[in-house]
This record gives sequence, C-alpha cells and structure tokens, in this order.
Amino acid sequence: MGFFLETLFGGLMAGMLYSLIALGFVLIYKASGVFNFAQGAMVLFAALAMSRFAEWIPQWLGFESLLLANLLAFVAAMAVMIMLAWAIERLCLSKLVNQEGITLLMATLGIAYFLDGFGQTLFGSDIYNINVGMPKDPAFILEGMFEGGVMISKEDLVAAVIAALLVVVLALFFQKTKTGRALRAVADDHQAAQSIGIPLNKIWVIVWSVAGFAALVAGIIWGSKLGVQFTLSLVALKALPVVILGGLTSVPGAIIGGLIIGVGEKLSEIYLGPMLGGGIEIWFAYVLALGFLLVRPQGLFGEKIIDRV
Amino acid sequence: MLYRENGQFKTSYAADQQIFPIFQERWAMALLLLVAFVVLPLVGSEYWFRAILIPFLILSLAALGLNILVGYCGQISLGTGAFMAVGAYAAYNFMVRIDGMPLIVAMLLGGLSATVIGVLFGIPSLRIKGLYLAVATLAAQFFTDWAFLRIGWFTNNSSSGSVSMARLDVFGVPIESPVTKYLFVLTVVCVFALMAKNLVRSAIGRQWMAIRDMDVAAAVIGIRPMYAKLSAFAVSSFIVGVAGVLWAFIHLGAWEPAAFSIDRSFQLLFMVIIGGLGSIAGAFLGAGFIVLLPLALDQIPHLLGIPLSTATITHLVHMIFGALIVFFLIVEPHGLAKLWSVGKQKLRLWPFPH
Repeated sequence: MGFFLETLFGGLMAGMLYSLIALGFVLIYKASGVFNFAQGAMVLFAALAMSRFAEWIPQWLGFESLLLANLLAFVAAMAVMIMLAWAIERLCLSKLVNQEGITLLMATLGIAYFLDGFGQTLFGSDIYNINVGMPKDPAFILEGMFEGGVMISKEDLVAAVIAALLVVVLALFFQKTKTGRALRAVADDHQAAQSIGIPLNKIWVIVWSVAGFAALVAGIIWGSKLGVQFTLSLVALKALPVVILGGLTSVPGAIIGGLIIGVGEKLSEIYLGPMLGGGIEIWFAYVLALGFLLVRPQGLFGEKIIDRV
Repeated sequence: MLYRENGQFKTSYAADQQIFPIFQERWAMALLLLVAFVVLPLVGSEYWFRAILIPFLILSLAALGLNILVGYCGQISLGTGAFMAVGAYAAYNFMVRIDGMPLIVAMLLGGLSATVIGVLFGIPSLRIKGLYLAVATLAAQFFTDWAFLRIGWFTNNSSSGSVSMARLDVFGVPIESPVTKYLFVLTVVCVFALMAKNLVRSAIGRQWMAIRDMDVAAAVIGIRPMYAKLSAFAVSSFIVGVAGVLWAFIHLGAWEPAAFSIDRSFQLLFMVIIGGLGSIAGAFLGAGFIVLLPLALDQIPHLLGIPLSTATITHLVHMIFGALIVFFLIVEPHGLAKLWSVGKQKLRLWPFPH
C-alpha cells in the first residue's frame, strides 16, 4: 500500500508538471484558436535564455549573488519571450488571419523548428543547468502508518505548488481583469471582438506573452529537474495528450488531464509494464487520449464541437 | 516561343484526358525519364547515387503517399514515420520467415501491412479532425516506435535491436551496386507515381478532394465520408509502407526503429508543404529541396571559406526549414508546385505578353 501511494504521489507530481506545459497550449488556443505546436520549443527557448542569462549577467555586471542573478535572468528571459511573442504575431500570425486551423497548426510547427534552431544557435547547444535553489532531497510522510513512510520528492512538491499558483493567477487574470475579458471575447468571436474595438493584434501579443510566461515557468522547473537541453522541447509532446484529454479550451481541464495522465502513466508502467515488456510510458498517454477521443472528441471539459455547412 | 500550345487540337477523349496534354510537356517528360534511366546511370558517381538520388527518390515516394492523405484528402498525419516502419518491419519478417520470398512480393506485402495499420489508426478520422487527428496519428508514431524496439518478435529477436537485409535480388538480378539499387528504386517510384496520378484524377480522387474542401457538404451530395477517408488512409499508407521498405532495404541496409522516428514524420510533412499540398509533382520538388538543402548548406560555407561546425549547420538547417515553412504557408500555400505552374503560365506568353 505504501508503495502504491508512493507511485500515486509521484504520478500526481509528474502530472502537475505536464499541466504546466499543457497550460501554454490551452492559453493560446483559448484566445486565438491556434493550436500552438511550438509550445515545447518555447519552453526550451525560455529555459535556455534563463540559464544563460543567469550565467552571463553576473559576469557582465560583476557581482556574485545567486538570487539577484536569477531575478535579473528571469526578467531578461521574460523580456526575450515578450519580444518573441511580438515577432511571432507580427511576422507570422497577422499574415495568417482567417486561415484554417490546420494551416495555423503547420505554421506553428515551422515556428517550433525555427525556435529550436535559433535558440541553440543563440545560446549554445550544450547541457546547461538552472539553479534556483529547488530542494533536492526527498521527504517522508505518513511514517506512522507505513513502515519507512511514503517518499515524496520535495522538488516535485515545490513544482506542483508553483503550478497550482500559476493556475490560480491565470484564472484570476482571465476572469477578473479587463484584458482577460478582452481575451475571452476574442476567443469567442474574432469579428465581434474587433467590431467593439478590441485590438486583435495587441491581444495576440499579450496572449503569446502570457504563454511565453507559462513556458518560462515550465522551462525553469523542468530545466532544474532535467537540465536544459534539446530533449526539453520533446516534453511538450508528452503534454499534447493532456490537453486532448482535458479539453482544449479549459484551464482546469489541463490540470485534471495532467493529473490523470501523470498517475495513469506511472501506475501503468508499474503494474502493466512488466507484462508488455516495459517502457510503455512513451505511448500510454497517447493511446489513452486516442481512446478518449473516440468517445468524447471535445475532451473532458472542452466546449462541444458543432459543425455547420 | 518554345512553350506554345497553338495548333495542338484535341480530337478525341483520349487526347483530352492525357496526363500531359501539351506536346512539349510530353517531350520534356520523356527526356527527363531518359536522363533518369539512361544518362544518370552512365555518368553518375557512387556518391550521387548513395547520398542524393536514392534518398531523394524514396523520400519522394513517401511524400507522395503523405500528399494523398494531407494534400488531397485533407487529413493531417504526423505518423508517416510509423507507417514507413510498419512497411519495413513487415517486409523484413516476410523475408526472414518465409523461404524464397521474392523481394517485390515482400515489398507489396509490407505495403499491405502498412495499409492495415494505417486504416486502423485512420478510423478516428471519422469522428475527429484537424489537430485532434494529428494527435491520433502521433499515437501511431509512438506506439510503433515502442513496439519495434521492445517486442522481440518483430526484429526476429535480434540482440542489438537493429536488423539488416543483405543479398537482395529481383528476378535473379542482384540489387547490390548503387546503380542497380538506383534503377530499381527509380522503377518502383515511376510505377507508383503514375498510379497515384491516375488515382487522384479518378472518381475516388475527386471524392477525396471534396472531403478535403468541406466534408459535411461532401456528405450531403452523396459522398460517403467513411469510404473516402479510409480509402485515402489505405492508399496513402500503402505507398508510404512501400517507401519504408525501400528506405530500409535499399537505402539503409541495416536499421533500427530510430530510422523511422517522429523527425522523419515531420520531415515528410515539410516536404509536402514546401513542395505543394495536393500535387504529385510537388512531392518530388519538396523531397528534392529538403534532401539537397542540408547538403548545400554543408558545402557553401566550405566554398566561401567560412568554417561552421556540424552542430551550427544542423541548427541553421532547422532555422531555415522552420522559416521556409512559415514563408510558404503565408506566401504560397501551394508550394513549389504552384510556383512551377505559374512559371509555365508565364512561359506560354513569353516573350510577347499579349
């Protein structure tokens, strides 16, 4: 039972991390109807910027404080992500207004490739690390109930709390602020939003910047866990089934989908894996999402898809 | 002046329905085939065949298959690599497990196996579309990657996980030297290209295009979406499967699942987009472009005397591919093939614009 709980908690934490990336997908889809395949590349780009700036800024300015370096690097990386959002809107999306979803999807695939190459040319392609002082040692809980207790990684716990905070902040931003209201209006109907004076281009820059912020947070957490390297952009492929499961238009869906996939992956690996030869983590999430699509194409919390001629 | 169709009258239905209705185009095509079949084998060097022509032809075939699905039927697929892998591993098993299995039969059986898997993963397309379908095909990609790596039966329990195919022959002619490999691949590609061209201008091809343009409307006028979509998946994965067999047997010789990873799927999708969605010639143009670009980027800095590391070149290639994808989607969604036909239109009037 202790072992089961340990796996369960591990899965929940991993799920929160997937949700972090999935959030980026949902944000952009909600506000512009673009399925952003480049989210993974943005995570890599943001993490690269963060880790390199944290290394460079103390050298340029000549100080040693880790906290200050991280803070400045975070600001610099965020500035880079905002510039990126602006460039993507100006050079790509504004030219593709009113195109079909599939065209936009392929365009973001192009952006993903470009960012992969660009980020690594700009910041280098070795493995870098991000040190923001995440606790590395595991903690044990419920020691009274089971022998040896249940091990939980503190690092994952911190990450999960940050992810939860991010969700709350984003939910407040979407529901309570003027900009958030404008974002939701654009998502509902581009033309109607424009006709009441919401500037579409500005909204898109904002939403891509917010997605860039989500990518930066995800990049820092994943980067300090795995190291900043190319494989980081592939993590986003793991987050794809999460959004499909949770529904593309739902922020809570991204969280719940992430938790389901995280737990499902870990439990299936432990209890089904040995029967099938191991390593089933790679496809489990996808097959789960595929099975789900057949029953409920819009996902758990998505809006129903209605087709008209 | 050269490219005029004045005076070429079509006096029969057969003449009206030719693939190349203009005299000059027929000659150009015949000349191209002559160069490909006769001149190149005489003058080409081994490097040309190994590094450029054979990969180009096989990837063109795969892009052709993908183009039927994406370009003609409008169903996006990110699992092309998976269907190539299914073809390759199925053909390998037919060759290894059945004594005296001829290469061509194994190739076609590999294609058929890919068809079965393709249709299976195409079934969700009846309920979902667009990016949801992309995710479904990604499931195919990850699942086959895993299956061919972990399930020993598929690789005949090879200990390293890599399998190899040696001593191929067709009707007693060994396919060993680069020239014979090239000719074999070229023949297969020509046959399939002709079949595909005829298929897309037949009734089924028009059904695919109707589904692509608007599936609900197509269903209203009496096209069965299930039949049209699944047949597109079937034909596409058959061709892609055959391309997978060629890629594994002829080009690689020995391979492991990584040869058919998700990068291959993206590469093929890029070929289709850059070459031209919904065009047979586009598959060839796109494949040529994507095969040649990295080689060119490799050579140009050398010629200019700028030293670039291999890593930098890989990143540059990524950047250029990405930028080109976006560029083509914005400026010319029908790709190189459209530029080609625009060029031909201009040529019809040249040098007198009226």
